[in-house]
Amino acid sequence: MAAPPTETRRDLDAAATSHRGDRVFNRGITVAAFTALLVLAGIAIFLGVAAVEAITTQGWSFLFTTEWKVDQGDEPVAGIWGMLYGSVLLSVIGLVIAVPVSLLLSVFIVFLAPRRLGRAMTNVIDLMAAIPSIILGLWAFYLLSPPAEQWQFLLNKYLGWIPIFQNDSGNFNGTPFIAGFVLGIMMIPIITSVSREVLGRTPPELINAAEALGCSLWTMLRHVALPYGRGGIVGGIMLGLGRALGETIAIFFVLKLVYDINWYKIIESEGGSVATLIVATFGEVSGPYELNLLLAAGFFLFVGTLVVNVIANLIVQKTGRSER
Amino acid sequence: MSTAEYEPTTEYESTAHYESDVTVLEEQFVEPKSVGPIELESQDVSVWFGKRKVLEGVNIAFPKNTVTALIGPSGCGKSTYIRTLNRLHELIPGAALAGSVLYEGKDIYDTDIDPVHIRLQIGMVFQKPNPFPSMTIRGNVLSGLKLSGMKRDQHDDIVEETLTSAGLWNEVKDRLDSAAGELSGGQQQRLVIARALAVQPHVLLMDEPCSALDPTSTLKIEETVRELSKDITIVIVTHNMQQAVRVSDYTAFFLAAENEPGYVIEQGPTTDIFGSPQDQRTLDYVNGRFG
Repeated sequence: MAAPPTETRRDLDAAATSHRGDRVFNRGITVAAFTALLVLAGIAIFLGVAAVEAITTQGWSFLFTTEWKVDQGDEPVAGIWGMLYGSVLLSVIGLVIAVPVSLLLSVFIVFLAPRRLGRAMTNVIDLMAAIPSIILGLWAFYLLSPPAEQWQFLLNKYLGWIPIFQNDSGNFNGTPFIAGFVLGIMMIPIITSVSREVLGRTPPELINAAEALGCSLWTMLRHVALPYGRGGIVGGIMLGLGRALGETIAIFFVLKLVYDINWYKIIESEGGSVATLIVATFGEVSGPYELNLLLAAGFFLFVGTLVVNVIANLIVQKTGRSER
Repeated sequence: MSTAEYEPTTEYESTAHYESDVTVLEEQFVEPKSVGPIELESQDVSVWFGKRKVLEGVNIAFPKNTVTALIGPSGCGKSTYIRTLNRLHELIPGAALAGSVLYEGKDIYDTDIDPVHIRLQIGMVFQKPNPFPSMTIRGNVLSGLKLSGMKRDQHDDIVEETLTSAGLWNEVKDRLDSAAGELSGGQQQRLVIARALAVQPHVLLMDEPCSALDPTSTLKIEETVRELSKDITIVIVTHNMQQAVRVSDYTAFFLAAENEPGYVIEQGPTTDIFGSPQDQRTLDYVNGRFG
């Protein structure tokens, strides 16, 4: 019996043997992709170093106290809790305004608007996302604030018994409400764009089924389209939240920054925001140590936004998969 | 018509349509019921999508508790027609209609008629099984009640009754709370039938309910249709000639020339349409010479 032929195992590597132009292109893409990661890592390290120093000198009270006395006395004290909380409070106000508006807008565009009007509105709303935040800030300062002070005055007059509408100073300028309102306007295009996509992908056979069962638009939305698109819509909301948390300059124009924490009085003239703290203090820092503290504050803001974005992506991906 | 569209279910039937072997076909006929009162009737119905006219002067009467099959090649307006019967057609932008559809003697397009009411009385089952994926089996059966805000007590009884009528109860009675998406295509289609029945319709419209299903599931649906027709009036669009023969009492044959609106060439008891059609085109179509 003849010996079996010896087999020579050859490892196949498509990348190594492919067309030369392909190889160059593939490498180019790989380099570009890693550059993006490198930049991100660079920022994280740069800010992280500052954060480590802030925590070692200030202790964890840097995160959980509210004080900023850096250039007075020998012992500089700094804590950004009020600012962190302020960022969240403003974002929540923004969400409360943006979510219902965005959902109604996308429902109108997908289910009610004549096709041409829907397309026009889509373009206009996408354009809204491109407005530079400095423009929004100026707009809010000159045009939104004056009437908004009147609205808040009325809110306080008639609903002042609700704790969030308390105002002791009589000053309705620079309130978290106005800043949150601006954030809401900035979130609307993002949330609308995502939820329009998601609602537009409701399978037509499910819409058919609902219609054949005598559904009104409202019941169809509630029981069919919204449950179907829930994950995607939540993801869109989180993306909007990510933008709101990091927003700086628009808020700088309209928020009266105070270091005391404002827990809930959204129409009182005091508020906080990490990003705005940085931009407001940066121009007049007392020295390298305070600058370092600002960078540290930036690090924690960066981490917060990153977490929100990661969660948003996870939610969007998870829904994308389960529906297919 | 290509042979693939026939979905022959048994060897015996698969040979039936190739030649004009009328005698073989005749053996499968359902004995047509005696004509009762007319439940649903279209009078001179013409239909437009925007400027394009797709149906011309359709007159068909559907006697109570019978099955009427609508047959004809693709694109001749059968599905469009069936959607005019419960006012789903009007939900398409640019839709228009002439003539009238009488349900229990009253025009359903009258301005004082609530379309929701009509759609509950005249249910519909679509080509592709479309249970709500986020709901359970039980939830799907009861969804019509929930969506339309209709009140009916004894939900457990409704679930059992309708699933039994749809021929699905024995397969799912132990897992009513699992997701509807776990069922096979044929089971999903029967679930959808149960869902339509839960709101107690008088008429059930079925738009090619078996075209996405395998032969076994198809037979089960057909049994269900025969069973249901004891109590409700059924209108079924089908591309499957054997199916029309097996399930229907009456048949209407639609045809459309290219870029012309479709219309009814011939209608009558299924035995006549398949056994002794009056029009040459009907004869050619039911014998598979075109389509």
